[in-house]
Amino acid sequence: MLSDVLNVLRSIWPSIEWRVDDGSIVAVLPREDLRAVAKYFSAQRWRLGTIVATEGRHELELRYCFYATAHPGWAQLIIALNPVDRTIASLTPVTIAADWFEREIEDLFSVRFAQHPRLGDFVLHDDQWAENAGLMRPFVQSGEDLPVQRREWRPKRVLEEEGAFVMPVGPVYSGGAESALFLLETVGEDVVRATPRLFYKYRAIEKIAQGRTAADALLLAERCAGTSAIGNGLAYCRAVERALGATLTRRSEALRGFFAELERLRHHMTSIREICESTSLSVAASQALWLEEQFLRISGELCGHRYLFGVLAIGGLQRDFADPALEACLRKADALRPKVDALRGALERSSSFLDRIERVGIVDREAAQTFELVGPFARAAAISADMRAVQPYAPYSGLEFNVPIEEEGDGYARLRVLFAEMEESVRIMAALCRDLPADGTRIDAAMRAGRGLGWSEAPRGASLAWVELEADGTVSRYRLTPPSFRNWHGFHVATESFAFQDFPIVLATLDLSVAENDR
Amino acid sequence: MSWFWRGLRAGVLTEGPAPEALPESLSPGLPRATEFSTPAQAAEIAARCPTGALEAQDRVVGVQPDRCVDCMRCKSAQEWRHDVRWAHPDAVERFGSRFKHSIHVRIIDAGDCGSCLNELAQLTGPSYNLHRFGIFITPTPRQADVLLVVGPVTRQMAGPLKVAYEAMPSPKRVLAVGACAASGGIFGPSVMSAGGAADAVPVDLTVPGCPPPPLAIIGALRALCGQEPPA
Repeated sequence: MLSDVLNVLRSIWPSIEWRVDDGSIVAVLPREDLRAVAKYFSAQRWRLGTIVATEGRHELELRYCFYATAHPGWAQLIIALNPVDRTIASLTPVTIAADWFEREIEDLFSVRFAQHPRLGDFVLHDDQWAENAGLMRPFVQSGEDLPVQRREWRPKRVLEEEGAFVMPVGPVYSGGAESALFLLETVGEDVVRATPRLFYKYRAIEKIAQGRTAADALLLAERCAGTSAIGNGLAYCRAVERALGATLTRRSEALRGFFAELERLRHHMTSIREICESTSLSVAASQALWLEEQFLRISGELCGHRYLFGVLAIGGLQRDFADPALEACLRKADALRPKVDALRGALERSSSFLDRIERVGIVDREAAQTFELVGPFARAAAISADMRAVQPYAPYSGLEFNVPIEEEGDGYARLRVLFAEMEESVRIMAALCRDLPADGTRIDAAMRAGRGLGWSEAPRGASLAWVELEADGTVSRYRLTPPSFRNWHGFHVATESFAFQDFPIVLATLDLSVAENDR
Repeated sequence: MSWFWRGLRAGVLTEGPAPEALPESLSPGLPRATEFSTPAQAAEIAARCPTGALEAQDRVVGVQPDRCVDCMRCKSAQEWRHDVRWAHPDAVERFGSRFKHSIHVRIIDAGDCGSCLNELAQLTGPSYNLHRFGIFITPTPRQADVLLVVGPVTRQMAGPLKVAYEAMPSPKRVLAVGACAASGGIFGPSVMSAGGAADAVPVDLTVPGCPPPPLAIIGALRALCGQEPPA
């Protein structure tokens, strides 16, 4: 497993010092070896989890984090960059999954990626800020420190055909939609390609987390996407706990799993409701809304917050939950199952509904593999990519559960995955409830300097966190890679050649959060 | 079975008037001023607050509800209120009586995390049925009477927010929903976020909460059109 990989790496690159640290292969690479090593990991089906850039007063470092898909294990490739030159070869020609990471780092750290196919207008929009303004660099304290540039921004046009034009949708559009701009390129009836312009909602969570205490930065992790507070919060907590070398009680691990599944249940109900709404099936949408409200109420009744804020804490949970309360919550969730099944049955028998979601927004297995998509989006295209199974963590490492997989990669396949995962979540909650350990819900983790990587399977897919702590417990670097950031990268694949009226449907079935992407 | 019959058979799912004290399934509640036995204890409770919503003065811990982000750290000690009337200020300049029976609302997402928007989506569902009050969500600011802002107003959304406000016909009102729109919440004011909707557009009424429960938002909208007092 990890030791076999290590031996192979040592035989190919004997001059590099490879070591294993806390489940990760770690190595400092010379700049020119990066592409070859990354190519090796890609060929072995390792996925690029994230790229972490860190800049201190005199040093600039890039950390490429890969994870294996065949067995547990991570790899962290570290490159020390010259802080004056700031240039490195782009990984995008080797693996397309690096594309958006590099565009982001170019904007926020002014690192130059040579041979990157398309840099420019990304996190910091070109009509407000100068290119590669470097918001995350240490000398930038407020927005006023950034080089401002007011120039007209025009969407890029790719289509050369006669009569082709770009139709902009957003950033303010539709009833209660999240703010994002979509550029639909068309020659008339059909949209040929759609490009999203995101980051209107960029709140710079990574920047404002710096200098906050570990406990206060958790509030940011939870609110990066309020609809998956546990998912992203858990990845953050696990990263901090690794940095502190803390071992949690078995009860707190089990309860975290319970809450994560409760959140998945409610989140998937929301996604299903949005799919019903997008097809204008109002009775189904109303029934899904009602079911969603019931899940919200169950959550609120159990922990005092409908979106499960304030449940997690560094070292466990903020407070304990009595076994009977958890069992009551499980019973109520279980009692809603027949109603969810009835909705599913009725949807599957509505040919007008199926006509609208079948064979729309297709992302095939190959594309899901290439773009390294995550979550239900990837699972509908026959790629498991479930962190609970690929890189198991407590309490899932000791549990048996199914990861639902579909083949077609269209809107209907994604809907089926959502329903199947809801069923599985209730089953996992029941399994966790069956034997709850009684060894306390929180340990007092002593603060110390450290760094750690954490991950979890959030409702929309793999969420990753990299945390660096000072000795007094303040956060000096928090890098979060939420699932929507990965999946928006595959958005344009799903939106090649479709009819205008299908746009909301494609968007709803993809289950993407703008807030989570924009951070 | 057709969807039509399926809908009819579900019956009426909208619930009656909101109870005076909301259970936690409907609302997390809001902290309220609490008296403690010693000044030291009060100071300890106030120090738990990460956003400065709690302030200790002698033995009493006062609350600025706009800043509360529901971190729950004070909940074991501080008293929390469980009513529905969260909107303020009390004296809101109402629309004329012609608006009393119906208003149209345009929602603007200025950097929301998604939970306020999700609660807003619930408003039109069968459980809350906002339409029964004659209040409707409209997709265009040109037909809107009320601009409902969620999120701390990020730098890159400040422009579109102002454009939407300008596009609305007069008379118009702005409702800031949630801790972020009320005060910047956990995100602002900071390098990329303003300190709430008031930094970009004139705000008439504010609903605190992270996120505010649907019933509190309904209360604020009804207050805006003069159907009931805000608090």
